Amino acid sequence: MVAARYQTAFRLYPYRRVADQGAAARRHPVVIVGGGPVGLTLALDLGQRGTPVLLLDDHEGPGQGSKAICFAKRTLDIAHRLGAGAAMVDKGVVWNVGRVFHAEGELFSFDLLPSEGHRHPAFINLQQPHFERFLHEAIERAQADGAPIEIRGGNRVTGLVTDDDGATLTVDTPDGPYEVAARYLIACDGARSPLRDMMGLGFAGRVFEDNFLIADVRMKAEFPTERWFWFAPPFKDSGQSALLHKQPDDIWRIDFQLGWDIDRDAELDEARIRARVDAMLSSQTGQVPDYDLVWTSIYTFQCRRMERFRHGPVLFAGDSAHQVSPFGARGANSGVQDADNLGWKLDLVRRGLADDGLLDGYATEREVAADENILNSSRATDFMTPKTGASRLFRDAVLDLAGKHPFARPLVNSGRLSVPCTYDGLPGFGPDATGGPALSRPGAACPDGPVEDGFLLDHLGGDFVLLALGGPAPKPVSAHGITPRILHLPRVSCALAHRYLGDAETALYLIRPDQHVVARWPDFDPGAVAAALSRALGKA
Amino acid sequence: MPLTLAPNLPDPDGFYDDLLRAHAGLSDAESAAFNARLILILANHIGDPETLRAALLAAR
Ligand SMILES: Cc1cc2nc3c(=O)[nH]c(=O)nc-3n(C[C@H](O)[C@H](O)[C@H](O)COP(=O)(O)OP(=O)(O)OC[C@H]3O[C@@H](n4cnc5c(N)ncnc54)[C@H](O)[C@@H]3O)c2cc1C
Repeated sequence: MVAARYQTAFRLYPYRRVADQGAAARRHPVVIVGGGPVGLTLALDLGQRGTPVLLLDDHEGPGQGSKAICFAKRTLDIAHRLGAGAAMVDKGVVWNVGRVFHAEGELFSFDLLPSEGHRHPAFINLQQPHFERFLHEAIERAQADGAPIEIRGGNRVTGLVTDDDGATLTVDTPDGPYEVAARYLIACDGARSPLRDMMGLGFAGRVFEDNFLIADVRMKAEFPTERWFWFAPPFKDSGQSALLHKQPDDIWRIDFQLGWDIDRDAELDEARIRARVDAMLSSQTGQVPDYDLVWTSIYTFQCRRMERFRHGPVLFAGDSAHQVSPFGARGANSGVQDADNLGWKLDLVRRGLADDGLLDGYATEREVAADENILNSSRATDFMTPKTGASRLFRDAVLDLAGKHPFARPLVNSGRLSVPCTYDGLPGFGPDATGGPALSRPGAACPDGPVEDGFLLDHLGGDFVLLALGGPAPKPVSAHGITPRILHLPRVSCALAHRYLGDAETALYLIRPDQHVVARWPDFDPGAVAAALSRALGKA
Repeated sequence: MPLTLAPNLPDPDGFYDDLLRAHAGLSDAESAAFNARLILILANHIGDPETLRAALLAAR
């Protein structure tokens, strides 16, 4: 029996009995546990690369309720590479105007103008179940094209035995338990990760002593597509901060920061929630618009991570490995980057083109990224909920000044935009032989840019690429059986030159399959390229 | 830009006087808030992270 732990929003992968049930455990090259945003992204990437992958999830689709809504540019770029991005952007809401309020007054507003030559906006708002549905639709298209992806819904992992070269899982189903064996097991089973518990591994960090009431409301009339954020909101009983944010289908996300000592049941009383929502929605116009309460819940947030993301044949990705408070939207966004980082490495290792040690690089890089994300979201949380007298003093001083002086506005922190981590100084990157622009230095995710027939990232795809900007076309270079695809752009647009050349006339970039820069040179030196490629593959 | 810890105020007594006057009539809490705003304004004026870090150390 597999009892549901939550309601599903869409039934995407209904339970079906398979031949493996009632047979001896079959061994799979890669098994993913958990079909959230991270597990689905990884399954799609691996399958498109031709690596057979089995995904087990104990439900039959994404959970109903208020979870992620902000999906950042890098996530959209990754989803686009995998064939799921267009549907997300079509459905998603793009907003540009944000307003920041302190108590009664508006401090300032800002307009996020799109920057030229990027396929995607800085982020979109989209309910997480839709994000997962679009990934699943891309998986179905890939399966129809022959990608070896299998998803088994209603399959709950209840037991785990590991040794040096694999893992064996006990899986419960509506028809009773069976066993599945895996060479590599990827735990994408969320913040409460049962696999992490089965292995007795810790998840240390910081719990923020605060409760957030989240209400998704459906507005029946026009309401502006803007993000409104209040520090010390003036309306009754609304806590320390409040946020209003638009989602597709006329749904609005409202967050109230209620503090630590609350009576959860009383706060979830519908009349009480409506009183708060009425006060917020009428604060600017004096009118309460007509709305339905779609979903309400109370969350507490924490920032924590596993000490190591790899334990032999088991690799942890997404919320199972790291958890952040949602200010700055770094949960799902960073988890999708975990999947992007891991997919090509697992594929090369499975094909025998790279050694198992390449997977250690996954752990090292994403542990650093997790620290960066935790740092950013802890800083936002500290600004929103000052923990000491001094921090409140400075927080309030910043808010006071921000209303009058532009200089103080960048100090106002209600969550920073999620941007990908740059793997500065980590093994497998470099050299930086050009002194070119910092934003495209080795370790960075390639910035997008305009090329003659579209966008640079579309041309990078998911392979190793040798990108030549200006100058003559380079010759193919191979190392360890891998030959990066050559992308030669003799004429470089202004925006692209600004992002990749700086003052130089020409540059040569070696780029990984996850579109992170390995190394760059002023011109083509085949020996140097081969050496950098070897390092990127984890070979000395 | 190294932090200047040598005398740099053309009129030390005059500045000190201005500073105290700015606090005149403020409660302790208002004074503290005033100081916080002043620090932020001056920090932005200086801008250079190394100078600011050196100042944070010097003030300890
Ligand atoms: C209120 C709120 C707002 C948020 N806002 C944002 C935002 O704006 N942007 C953002 O990027 N992130 C946001 N997040 C975080 C985001 O929701 C998570 O980071 C994201 O869901 C993590 O994805 P995941 O795939 O790692 O795990 P999950 O989405 O938790 O998926 C784990 C999956 O594993 C399955 N599973 C668990 N145990 C087993 C088992 N034993 N056997 C089989 N399957 C199992 C679960 O059923 C589930 O399907 C928010 C979170 C909350 C709570």
